[in-house]
Amino acid sequence: MSSSQTFSLDGKPIAFEDGDTIMDAALRASEYIPHLCHNPEFAPHGSCRVCVVAVNGRPVSACTQPAAAGIEVANNADEIMQQRRSLLQMLFVEGNHVCPGCEKSGACQLQAVAYYTNMLSPHFTHFFPQRELDASHPDTVIDFNRCILCELCVRASRDVDNKNVFAIDGRGINSHLVINSPSGQLGDSTFETTDKAAHVCPVGAILPKHKGYEKPIGERLYDRQPISVVGDVAAHEEDEV
Amino acid sequence: MSKLQGSEDYTSELLAESGNDAGRLLQHLHAIQCRYSHIPETSIQQLASALDLPAAHVRGVIGFYSFLHITPRGDYDILFSDSITDHMLGSRTLMDDFCTRLGVEPGRPRADGRVCVATTSCTGMCDQGPALLVNGLAVTRLDGHRIQTIAALVENRTPLDAWPAEFFERRDNIRRADLLLSHAACDSSALRALIDKGADGLFGEIEASGLRGRGGAGFNTAMKWKFCREADDSNNENDRVVVCNADEGEPGTFKDRVLLNSHADDVFAGMTLCAGIIGARHGYLYLRGEYLYMRESLEETLATRRRNGLLGRNILGKAGFDFDIEIHMGAGAYICGEESALLESLEGKRGVPRIRPPFPVTHGYMGRPTVVNNVETFMAAAQIATQGADWFKAVGTEQSTGTKLLSISGDCEHPGIYEFPFGVTIQAVLEACGATDCQAVQVAGAAGFTIPAEEFSRSIAFEDISTGGSFMVFNQERELLDMVQNFSRFFVHESCGFCTPCRVGGSLLKDLIDKVHAGQAGQYDMGELRNIGNLMKSTSHCGLGTTAPNPVLDTLAKFPQIYERRLTQTRFEPAFDLDAALQEARDISGRDDAGAHIRTES
Repeated sequence: MSSSQTFSLDGKPIAFEDGDTIMDAALRASEYIPHLCHNPEFAPHGSCRVCVVAVNGRPVSACTQPAAAGIEVANNADEIMQQRRSLLQMLFVEGNHVCPGCEKSGACQLQAVAYYTNMLSPHFTHFFPQRELDASHPDTVIDFNRCILCELCVRASRDVDNKNVFAIDGRGINSHLVINSPSGQLGDSTFETTDKAAHVCPVGAILPKHKGYEKPIGERLYDRQPISVVGDVAAHEEDEV
Repeated sequence: MSKLQGSEDYTSELLAESGNDAGRLLQHLHAIQCRYSHIPETSIQQLASALDLPAAHVRGVIGFYSFLHITPRGDYDILFSDSITDHMLGSRTLMDDFCTRLGVEPGRPRADGRVCVATTSCTGMCDQGPALLVNGLAVTRLDGHRIQTIAALVENRTPLDAWPAEFFERRDNIRRADLLLSHAACDSSALRALIDKGADGLFGEIEASGLRGRGGAGFNTAMKWKFCREADDSNNENDRVVVCNADEGEPGTFKDRVLLNSHADDVFAGMTLCAGIIGARHGYLYLRGEYLYMRESLEETLATRRRNGLLGRNILGKAGFDFDIEIHMGAGAYICGEESALLESLEGKRGVPRIRPPFPVTHGYMGRPTVVNNVETFMAAAQIATQGADWFKAVGTEQSTGTKLLSISGDCEHPGIYEFPFGVTIQAVLEACGATDCQAVQVAGAAGFTIPAEEFSRSIAFEDISTGGSFMVFNQERELLDMVQNFSRFFVHESCGFCTPCRVGGSLLKDLIDKVHAGQAGQYDMGELRNIGNLMKSTSHCGLGTTAPNPVLDTLAKFPQIYERRLTQTRFEPAFDLDAALQEARDISGRDDAGAHIRTES
């Protein structure tokens, strides 16, 4: 173990430790690499691809790529920002993300990363999928329209809560989040609001009931400072609840 | 179905046989599907409870594989192979005719539970298509007469074993044999060579041969074996694993089918050789679901090898040389040809590719160091052990030693298997298979390269055109955009759905190709196709996503006219009809005058 190893992130030397990914080292150095499916409390996943960076010119996901001494990592290059923007636009058109009517607006990581990358429109043709809303649980509502398949709830419920409340079913564009209960409804599962899985959703797919729009526009998480300064929504769950 | 043992008892039996090993989940599901045409909910609950898995996980595995279903398909589950070469042989018309005869809608089981008709990705019978699978078994050379007969057999509830045997005839069609195919099976000689020369000696022979992986990527085989052999595995008592990738799903490829049909002994010898060199006791043959009909004969070959002391304990009498091979079935998922997805599938899970590194050579099947090689690679290794490295590298090129088996289909006189030395030109291959008036060749399958006539002097080799063996010929009469559309649909169907660019980008790409095909696209859409394709190439999680846009990008660059002649002249054309979108508003308001319509410029 040596902390004297460094790599370059947009020309800046970043120290890293053995076993670090590029994302680990960047987070420790308070350098922001946009991401959605990554949460440092969980093993890297690498599905959203928003953390794409170029290592010596080759695109890789920062959350899964091991750091290595001397590599040149491009993070804020125009081309990479364009790629991230396109990936975010894909996520926006795949689901039904209606920001103005969403409780999570202003405190949503998808929206905040989109603003950060200067995404101004969804660009691609909307899929407008037919998805359900599950309000069967007394304290939590799941709106599948907003799910981006980051699997953070799947991972949290499996690895922290030891409950396996969530799983992925289907394949390809038909992949979707499902709930492990006899009826497939959340109210029928062992899910509780104290679960870790209740506090990791980066978008407005898993939301607490009985309150809404409590914080006025202008005072929400990302209203005054960008996500590169504020950080992940999951890290602010405690202040929000 | 009533005469069968109940699905509950059968599931219990399967579980009892395998000692509640969660890694067997996919194998159990496949077995239950084969017998009951679906996985009943009671079986899901039994499996979940016995294997200690959430029921949603079991359903998630079922939902991932095309051949598994939670609702019954019917007594006859019929899947038409949907490869572009099947289309070229008239499969779509035959399927329409078949559906009409039986009164079924594609994809929907008939109300009486008798039959379901749908399409499936390439079944690997492209040299004897059009083909279909009936309850998992391949029927080849379909024509109007066969379709008519099959429809009658279905209506009469004739059991499959009473169907005409020639319907199930699958030919090897070996048209050109070279190094590998012209030699007799190596029998025990490959393993004797291992024992005579020792693991190091034989490894040296493989290394000197320059053998590279035959799946298409061309990784040096000796280097892969060496990495695995040297991987630290002290926690598992050096229980390394050898996996043969027989998930031959690339559209237009069928050479592994022929090798396993007629040269299985050599393939198993190659695996055993690898085991002896790296120190493995367990081997798996991952056989694609489409090749179910070969399972029984492969099991027999394995049993014979065990009897002859070529598998099992103390192979050829050498104390401590223990190795055995188990066959695992795939269940309709092209992505499982990707080695890390294959390992997930082998562990009974959804076939989602793993994050790499770590690579399978250090962390493979169940976390153990694992060699995954193609069927043809193992066969070549066995032959090298017998004939020597010099024999092998005497043909081919410096960087691509030996020969390559090509699976040739499409517009040519003699489709089938051709073994050529590496370095052979496309032109020479076309001449050999009797292809004239050729517009393009699609080499390496849907994920491969579209080669125009100007490039027919290029050669098949890792340093030029690298391929797993698919070689599809298109003559001047063919509409190449049909091929692009077929491939873009294929990739949407086969994407695992894990990463954004492949899952969403692939769908967007398909929709745009459909838009071009329908004559509704403009120049703007050409730029969109390039941008989405390039994004998929750069940012996808695995090789499926990075190669899926190849046919689009390749044809845009080399055959722009197939797009341009279908483009509308306007700079931008929406994906929907603006005027039609107003119909609902017109209905509500009761207006249908000129002012309630949008005029599109002509």
